[in-house]
Amino acid sequence: MPPSTTARRVAARREGSPFTGLGPVFMKEFSDHLSSARMMVLMLFVIAFGALPVGLSLQELRNVTESDPFLFLRIFTSAPQRVPFSFTASLTLVIPLLAIGLGFDSVNSEFNRRTLSRVLSQPIYRDALLLGKFLGGLATLTVALVALWLIVLGAGLLLLGIPPRGVEVARGLGFLVVAIAFGGVWLAIAMLFSVVFRSTATSALCALGVWLFFAILWPLVVPVLVLAVTPTNVAMGMGRLDETLAMIQMQSTLERFSPNTLFGEAVIGLLNPETRTLGPIIPSQMRGAIMGAPLPLDQSLLLIWPQVTGLIAAMIVVFAIAYVVFQREEVRA
Amino acid sequence: MANSEASNVVEARGLLKLYGTQRAVDAIDLDIRRGEIFGLLGPNGAGKTTTILMMLGLTEISGGTVSVLGFDPVRQPLEVKRRVGYLPDAVGFYDHLTARENLRYTARLLDLPRRQTEARIEEALKSVNLADVIDKRVSTYSRGMRQRLGIAEIVMKKAEVAILDEPTSGLDPHATFELLEMIRRLKEAGVAVLLSSHLLDRVQSVCDRVALFNRGRIALIGTVVELANQVLGAGHPILVEASGIDVPAALGSVAGVQKVTQERAATWRVVADRDVRAAVAQRIVTSGGSLLRLDDLQPSLEEVYTAYFEQARNAA
Ligand SMILES: Nc1ncnc2c1ncn2[C@@H]1O[C@H](COP(=O)(O)OP(=O)(O)OP(=O)(O)O)[C@@H](O)[C@H]1O
Ligand SMILES: [Mg+2]
Repeated sequence: MPPSTTARRVAARREGSPFTGLGPVFMKEFSDHLSSARMMVLMLFVIAFGALPVGLSLQELRNVTESDPFLFLRIFTSAPQRVPFSFTASLTLVIPLLAIGLGFDSVNSEFNRRTLSRVLSQPIYRDALLLGKFLGGLATLTVALVALWLIVLGAGLLLLGIPPRGVEVARGLGFLVVAIAFGGVWLAIAMLFSVVFRSTATSALCALGVWLFFAILWPLVVPVLVLAVTPTNVAMGMGRLDETLAMIQMQSTLERFSPNTLFGEAVIGLLNPETRTLGPIIPSQMRGAIMGAPLPLDQSLLLIWPQVTGLIAAMIVVFAIAYVVFQREEVRA
Repeated sequence: MANSEASNVVEARGLLKLYGTQRAVDAIDLDIRRGEIFGLLGPNGAGKTTTILMMLGLTEISGGTVSVLGFDPVRQPLEVKRRVGYLPDAVGFYDHLTARENLRYTARLLDLPRRQTEARIEEALKSVNLADVIDKRVSTYSRGMRQRLGIAEIVMKKAEVAILDEPTSGLDPHATFELLEMIRRLKEAGVAVLLSSHLLDRVQSVCDRVALFNRGRIALIGTVVELANQVLGAGHPILVEASGIDVPAALGSVAGVQKVTQERAATWRVVADRDVRAAVAQRIVTSGGSLLRLDDLQPSLEEVYTAYFEQARNAA
């Protein structure tokens, strides 16, 4: 690269707001998503996967009434006997799929339809286009999750016959926010692939590959990795306490590289008020704690704060990578 | 520095684009005047599209400067893009939307006043004869209709400069004719038009000036007649078909005639420095020959183009 180019890039201060045109892009993406056949299919999928555990656990919960102060939250978290996963566990699988479905072709389809250069020849920066698409997807995701949340709440009201308490609603809303952030991470991942690959099939495959990796492979790989670097006696359970703790710490740190783990931990902290610690339990943390006593909401929020910020940070980092790649891309098809 | 009164709408100086070490656009100088139709010609890969993208700030500039309507596309791309309409090579629209909805999206991006939007959309679509399919999905449009929809977008935008990349590629002769008619109307409305094309005879019919691109450089620039003079040699060629006399001998002494070459039996090509048809006709008749045909050979752009690239190949 000749020196003139570098000099120019430093000197080139763009004029005008990078957000010019953000509104129209957002509105178009949002309405396109909401009216698309794909969204209908995804919603059916989400509802089918959500309805099964919710319906079954509601049947079981009807018989336990009264004794549990957080009965409503159990709808989300209890795994019914006949299906091996809870509503939140099924969301851990389904939300990424929903987000990938919304984002995997958001940029490359504009290339393939040859609309990108025409749109970018309007007074708008690429920043606004990418951000508008992301926010449009996120808003769609939000609509879908809120709808699902309301359905669950309504079903609970009808079948349990008692209204949820204020705390339960507050924790439920917190759960909604965490679920949206989790969806945002996967939306950013899907959009990153849609920027990197011109072929929509390739980007869908890659996004699904990452999803499968974190859903299935990573939980299996982590213990293997941890064992590989731990001395044998520690791995056999014969090491000193601090060595064993270090091993467990490493395992949970590695697991937290997966957005699914962060989401899972945040959900447990929110919806199981009894949760006092996430990840490995160190005896000192137990001192003075009454087992089974629920934490107040603010304590629970404090507990899951790192997980939530982790999700949001991951979303921003992945989006930023997509942004940098997109800025450098040639617009011509 | 922004100065809309300047007579040049586009000014490029030493404009350079490098892809790796390849000079896709090699330090070109180019001026496009207000209100003219300017043609960019050249073989595939000559650098036409790259030049256009740099003018719009859609691709990075490796060196030199370009200003469009007095604005710098690198620093002020929004100002440039607000005033310049662009019809990309193989333009695409959102197939699931109607023509009206597609243009409405553009209008929102342009931040046109909402009250004017619908009227401007309808007016623009009427001007390209798409008024009757305004509410049909673009997926039902033919290639020619999409191309016209692209022109409608520029009309709606009220652009001061229209940049059209291969607007006629893939169109049948009738659609091509219609499109060129629309380009002429843009010019009548005071829009400067920059177009790139391979259809040389069509380009010739609309362009005021053309630039001939070759491997990233502008080989020739000017009106078609000027280019012909440069490439085919100065002069005014005519075709003479006559019998009964020695034509070269008879015409060699006509004032202004520079060269007489035989094309085929009884047919000669005469090059002169001015229009010598009257004198030639008179000479043949007075010398006792019979004049069968006398044609003015307008040098076609096609000939200029072919001759130029033949010369360039021979020189290489
Ligand atoms: N993204 C790219 N990376 C590397 N080289 C490129 C890229 N885009 C274009 N080029 C090269 O730049 C040169 C100019 O290309 P350009 O598209 O401007 O030509 P053109 O005159 O528009 O040709 P055509 O008539 O085929 O449209 C070509 O040699 C092409 O190979
Ligand atoms: Mg081209």
